[in-house]
Amino acid sequence: MRGILVSLCLVGFLIAPAHAVQPDEILKDPVAEARARQLSTQLRCLVCQNESIDDSNAPLAKDLRLLVRERITAGDSDAQVKAFLVARYGEFVLLRPPITLRTLALYGAPFAALAIGGFFLWRRSRKEVAPAAVEALSGAEKELLANILNRKDGT
Amino acid sequence: MTVELGHFALVLALAVSALQVALPWLGARRGDPVLMGLADRAAGLQFLLVGLAFACLTAAYVGSDFSVRNVYENSHSLKPLVYRISGVWGNHEGSLLLWVLILALSGAAVAAFGQGIPMRLRALTLSVQASVAVAFLLFMLLTSNPFDRIAPPPFEGRDLNPLLQDFGLAVHPPLLYVGYVGLSIAFSFAVAALIEGRVDAAWARFARPWILAAWIFLTLGIAMGSYWAYYELGWGGWWFWDPVENASLMPWLAATALLHSAIVMEKRGALKVWTILLAIIAFSLSLLGTFIVRSGVLTSVHSFASDPARGVVILGILCFFIGGSLALFAWRAPLLRQGGLFAPVSREGALVFNNLFLSASCLAVLVGTLYPLALEAWDGSKISVGPPFFNLVFIPLTLPLVLAMPFGQQLAWKRGDLAAVAQRLSVAIGIALVATAYAFAMRGGVAPLAPIGIGVGLFVLLGSLSEIVTRASRSGGGVGSTLRKALRLPISAWGAAIAHAGVGVMILGVAATAYETERIANVRMGETIDLGAYQLTLKDIQQREGPNYRDTVALFEVRRGGVLEAAVEPAKRIYPARQMPTTEVARMTRGFGQVYVALGETVAESAVPVRAYWKPFVLFIWLGPLLMALGGLLSLMERRMRVGAPAPARAVRA
Repeated sequence: MRGILVSLCLVGFLIAPAHAVQPDEILKDPVAEARARQLSTQLRCLVCQNESIDDSNAPLAKDLRLLVRERITAGDSDAQVKAFLVARYGEFVLLRPPITLRTLALYGAPFAALAIGGFFLWRRSRKEVAPAAVEALSGAEKELLANILNRKDGT
Repeated sequence: MTVELGHFALVLALAVSALQVALPWLGARRGDPVLMGLADRAAGLQFLLVGLAFACLTAAYVGSDFSVRNVYENSHSLKPLVYRISGVWGNHEGSLLLWVLILALSGAAVAAFGQGIPMRLRALTLSVQASVAVAFLLFMLLTSNPFDRIAPPPFEGRDLNPLLQDFGLAVHPPLLYVGYVGLSIAFSFAVAALIEGRVDAAWARFARPWILAAWIFLTLGIAMGSYWAYYELGWGGWWFWDPVENASLMPWLAATALLHSAIVMEKRGALKVWTILLAIIAFSLSLLGTFIVRSGVLTSVHSFASDPARGVVILGILCFFIGGSLALFAWRAPLLRQGGLFAPVSREGALVFNNLFLSASCLAVLVGTLYPLALEAWDGSKISVGPPFFNLVFIPLTLPLVLAMPFGQQLAWKRGDLAAVAQRLSVAIGIALVATAYAFAMRGGVAPLAPIGIGVGLFVLLGSLSEIVTRASRSGGGVGSTLRKALRLPISAWGAAIAHAGVGVMILGVAATAYETERIANVRMGETIDLGAYQLTLKDIQQREGPNYRDTVALFEVRRGGVLEAAVEPAKRIYPARQMPTTEVARMTRGFGQVYVALGETVAESAVPVRAYWKPFVLFIWLGPLLMALGGLLSLMERRMRVGAPAPARAVRA
């Protein structure tokens, strides 16, 4: 399935390589058009790799852009347009997945790491600030150090 | 003949690398200086052999030898020389060869310039470095040999992917690879330290120049790639949170963290274990990036060959090195002596803060990139994780980081005085607040993040530079003496200030994108469209012939207030060899802003669909990273004397 999607996207890429929104798609009402553009950046071109329908050149993206504009003209709110598309294509169409149990780790992981790391550091910083134990140099190291120091003095 | 010579050199390089793994390691175990000394020579020889192989493949490309499958598939006799050369790494096999070449170069550089590094550490480092080379040389020879022949040889090649026939793309991969693969040195140093079972502040001193050099190239490579995407892909964006972009951003974030934690390790002897771990992680993320790009699990314009069999082999290599090094870390890290507790409000405290937030941001990118794959494998459900997600998560994680940056730079080691620093930064804070308020008042319509971005950018820019002012005006004196003192500051102080200021410049550029003007329109011959302060008039539509392509060019005149500024010529280009059209964007630079014009799908006889932008301050987005790299270079110059060898004067002072 994935292979088919990818090749579909490539085909789309090959035959229609211009870009994204074409002049004939634009809505007359600038407010509605701005909403459509904003929504388009949130929606995935289903046959492409991580491209929004706003960016994509694939014919399907064009169809979706027109669909979004159709729904907006019909009076749908942004949430309703999204719900309509999700009902048709599944959550895959949303570039930002909704926060659910399944995506909890996605949203939570970085902030959990931040919290755990922060807690660990906070505990460490509460300990007595002890002078760091300095490892004594071995005989060979002392010799090496002396050599290096002498070399610098010489040059 | 040269082709067979190249193939042979590659096989020899594999043999040399295998010896370079085994003998120095044995020497380090036995304390045998002769065996350890072999590491340097093997590293040099390995570099020469891989270099020879690379030269042979390049010769095949320049001479358009289509009996070589790789050349046939990716070159064309009419292609300009520069793209025949860049074609060498514009494909899977060739880019792997470049990867291995840079790996060998890094090893040879350690051998050549690292004579101040203790012999055991150097021998073990080069041994680890060679083990990576063995894996990739084997992979190349067994599954992706660039020297394969075809019989009978075709008369003409299939040409390089047109998107890649561009100067930016000619230099982007080598820069990025030097960065990626340069991190292998930090990795090898870290694994060598773990094998030895001891690590000290000197380790950081040996490793830091290599980390910094890799970081500079990584920064430049990512910026170059971003600029290429901006002008070549033709939709005006500069960062798409594409998996392949993320693959380069992750090692950059990890390397940035590593760069800073190594400073703490060198100056204060703390964060040893963490720094070693970061060095392993940074290179692991480079390997992961290679896997993502090469395996085709996530395809994009970068994935030249999506061959699952190759993907599995790379995954194997990945698991071996990442798993192996992490296992070694888990086993040996407890042996490393942890040391150096510190106060939260201090330079080292700020650097720890930096590491915490950089690591969390890096994790956000990692999770966001791999989550859809993982979830699909887990329960078969498909989700998308795209720019809206990353913007939502990445910005809150990086905002505290950049806000803390100017403070951290001015805090003293051991115990800092936050109030005094805030006082020194008061001018920067004041200007930033005024600018934010002004931006809010002027344009209520734009996203609220934009005025905040302007404030943050200004604060970081001015705050970073204020360190120089503070240090130069410490003991009073007039403007002249302050200036003289500023120039006499250590070059690394300038390096840090400029690199950090670069972050501010970039933030300003990003914030400015909210103020761009966009026009999408169908323009008829002679018609004029408005674009911010500029007017664009379509004058002509022409056909032009290039060496291996045909252009349909639309000629626009750009005027400002009726005065002719320039003529821009956006085009649709078709490469007959691949029947693949591309968009050639036209740009006109004024100050740091650009007029950006791209043609749409259907160019008619007398009308063209265009997408035109006025993008104020857009060049700041790439000027920022350039400044970061420049700052890194300045810091590196000061350490020039002690690449590998600790500078005695410094050692005494510290």
